[in-house]
Amino acid sequence: MSTAAAAPQLAQDTALPNGAEIVLKALVDQGVDVIFGYPGGAVLPIYDAIFQQNSIKHVLVRQEGGAVHAAEGYARSTGKVGVVLVTSGPGATNAVTGLVDALMDSIPIVCLTGQVPTHLIGNDAFQEADTTGITRPATKHNYLVKDIGKLAQVVHEAFHVARSGRPGPVVIDLPKDILLAKGEYKGPETFKRVSYAPRLDPDPKAIAAAVDLMIKAERPILYTGGGLINSGPRASELLIKLAHMTGFPVTNTLMGLGAMPASDPLFLGMLGMHGTYEANLAMHGCDVMVNLGARFDDRVTGRLNAFSPGSKKIHADIDPSSINKNVRVDVPIVGDATRVLEAMVAEWEKRLAAGAKPDKKALAAWWARIETWRKRDCLAYRKSDAIIKPQYALERLQALTAHRDDVFITTEVGQHQMWAAQFLKFQKPNRWMTSGGLGTMGYGLPAAMGVQMAHPDALVVDVAGEASILMNIQELSTIVQYRLPVKTFILNNQYMGMVRQWQELLHGSRYSESYMDSLPDFVKLAEAFGCVGLRATKVSEVDDVIREMIAVKRPVVVDMAVDQKENCFPMIPSGAAHNEMILGPNDKPGGGEKPGGTGPISEEGMVLV
Amino acid sequence: MPAQAPIERHTIAVLVDNEPGILARVVGLFSGRGYNIESLTVAETDAEGHRSRITIVTRGTPMVIEQIKAQLDRLVPVHKVSDLTMEGPHVERELALVKVVSTGEKRVESLRIADIFRAKPIDSTIESFTFEITGSGEKIDAFVGLMKPLGLAEVSRTGVVAIARGERGM
Ligand SMILES: Cc1ncc(C[n+]2csc(CCOP(=O)(O)OP(=O)(O)O)c2C)c(N)n1
Ligand SMILES: [Mg+2]
Repeated sequence: MSTAAAAPQLAQDTALPNGAEIVLKALVDQGVDVIFGYPGGAVLPIYDAIFQQNSIKHVLVRQEGGAVHAAEGYARSTGKVGVVLVTSGPGATNAVTGLVDALMDSIPIVCLTGQVPTHLIGNDAFQEADTTGITRPATKHNYLVKDIGKLAQVVHEAFHVARSGRPGPVVIDLPKDILLAKGEYKGPETFKRVSYAPRLDPDPKAIAAAVDLMIKAERPILYTGGGLINSGPRASELLIKLAHMTGFPVTNTLMGLGAMPASDPLFLGMLGMHGTYEANLAMHGCDVMVNLGARFDDRVTGRLNAFSPGSKKIHADIDPSSINKNVRVDVPIVGDATRVLEAMVAEWEKRLAAGAKPDKKALAAWWARIETWRKRDCLAYRKSDAIIKPQYALERLQALTAHRDDVFITTEVGQHQMWAAQFLKFQKPNRWMTSGGLGTMGYGLPAAMGVQMAHPDALVVDVAGEASILMNIQELSTIVQYRLPVKTFILNNQYMGMVRQWQELLHGSRYSESYMDSLPDFVKLAEAFGCVGLRATKVSEVDDVIREMIAVKRPVVVDMAVDQKENCFPMIPSGAAHNEMILGPNDKPGGGEKPGGTGPISEEGMVLV
Repeated sequence: MPAQAPIERHTIAVLVDNEPGILARVVGLFSGRGYNIESLTVAETDAEGHRSRITIVTRGTPMVIEQIKAQLDRLVPVHKVSDLTMEGPHVERELALVKVVSTGEKRVESLRIADIFRAKPIDSTIESFTFEITGSGEKIDAFVGLMKPLGLAEVSRTGVVAIARGERGM
């Protein structure tokens, strides 16, 4: 065989881990306990390494898109980084929707993608795709590792980038030869990236300027978003504290629900396109707006030039590019929400101790106005004994789970999503997982799977539409394999309801391709997958079905046959202002603070999504 | 409706880690968000530190310019973004190679004008000159314009590079 001199070299080489082992070791050191993935040729070395260890559990999804949403659900319900492993080519391209979803909603994900060996890159090799090229605008950052010596550092850096600053998805593209090459493992402390250093501590001068405005405010509002959730549960505690110290009303974005307990009297509900009357009118009429970790999304602002015209705006965000992007603000604050809130609370206390006097009378008058808006009871709907109203089904779900502290809700996308946001009452952060920015149908079921992996004993419900659920229905198979008692709660209106609603409002009720024909029998489908299938077609069956869904310690699919024609209100049509809300079916678009206006939906509004 | 905000021209210098894909990230950011690039130059400026400097000339409303800088700064390999237009006086230069094919009086005239512009002939045949010219974009525009009737055949320009005046560094 070889010479004596070569022998120790060889022994040393075999003692070194290969790239796949380095990746796994780095994941363990990053605190990863579960990976959502799907194998293929390019990642077989990682799968081999997974086979030979016990620290990390692998969840075999049924389609890579499901893996990313599952990791998102895991991440959003735990505050940890979600991890995905997919093969090259189609594995990576199937993951793209989930990556963009995570990018839009600022969810920390590390996605490992296989790649053809380095010497074949660029040759149109089998299952080659330009993954870093494709995912560049789909990620916060991405890497192609071409040097085994840098592998461990790249993985550690990827976790740091994914979870710090404004969180987001990071892709690491791993050529197969790198996974098989031997190299040295380096620990998490070894990476050094000087070019990336998100600012966490707010500028005290900006905090002082903000509190100046807040002390003098006559009609204030706190408007908080996903950034506050991402900052951690402490941020929510501080928000509650600030709200109660100041007496300011609070509204949350779709992404921010749970930051303020829904039961808190200071909470006005969600704002935006399908937000509450009181939240939107308070935003419209406020004189000082304190935006904490929200991004003035078009779903929230409505028509920009009519957005909260009379207010001074304070905007705290960890991402400087979110500030002054859509809406010019008066006091920009760059920093992490927890630290911003800590500083605001401290500054407020300091001012009061120094004799500052907030205008209590003005605030009381403001609350009196808000109460008149609240009295409109904007979420009221026409009750029925003959047919299950989707809102009723959710009210019952809420009522029958209200006593529990361990309820996690995910959703698909459509009317059911908006009704869930309106009718389910979130008392804590990290309990509500929905695709906000991208609006990805098919998100909810795999997300619920990821949530349940992290919280095995919790009640995890995917509030679904019959159209959306079919987009990732294959994950029921994963759910059964891992004995995850996920509850899929389908509000089956046999329509792409949200599409139908827009067609009704904007396109003369021409319901082009929005009827869901040839739907499967969801009860039988559930059974075919090995889940329990339940159906309610009568109002009298709703409670029993929900009770049974909860009682059964297995995955359950509920087919709730709801009113096909129900629309989701209130609604601010695209391109309209907050005070041009449609409150109900009898209310014409263009109505104002006095509902029932008659103005048509504007042409500019028509082109908006 | 507020009056339309004015469109401004800004020269932005970006210090980046010289790693694969960095240019694609910058260019992708501009195309993906609909910003415009009037000129873009890039080269490694610190071989030891693996740093490159990208100079971008762009146009937009003040709010858009602010966005561009914030978005650039958000890219992980970006060390520093400096708005030279905002931060005080700076110098901008561009280099161009201009090929003129002509004979007789036109050929003589092209050489005469080149002299006025301090453009150097760096290649020549009996029927052609290639001039090297450095200066502001306007100077190069003017020179190219004058060469048109004199047999202008081809132009290659570097795009703008820029640096702050005085002892101020990036
Ligand atoms: C992947 C994807 N494709 C298309 C859309 C556009 N879209 C938004 S809501 C919707 C209909 C959803 O129907 P369903 O799941 O039945 O929910 P419903 O509105 O009826 O509650 C569609 C097609 C989307 N959001 N995502
Ligand atoms: Mg539907």
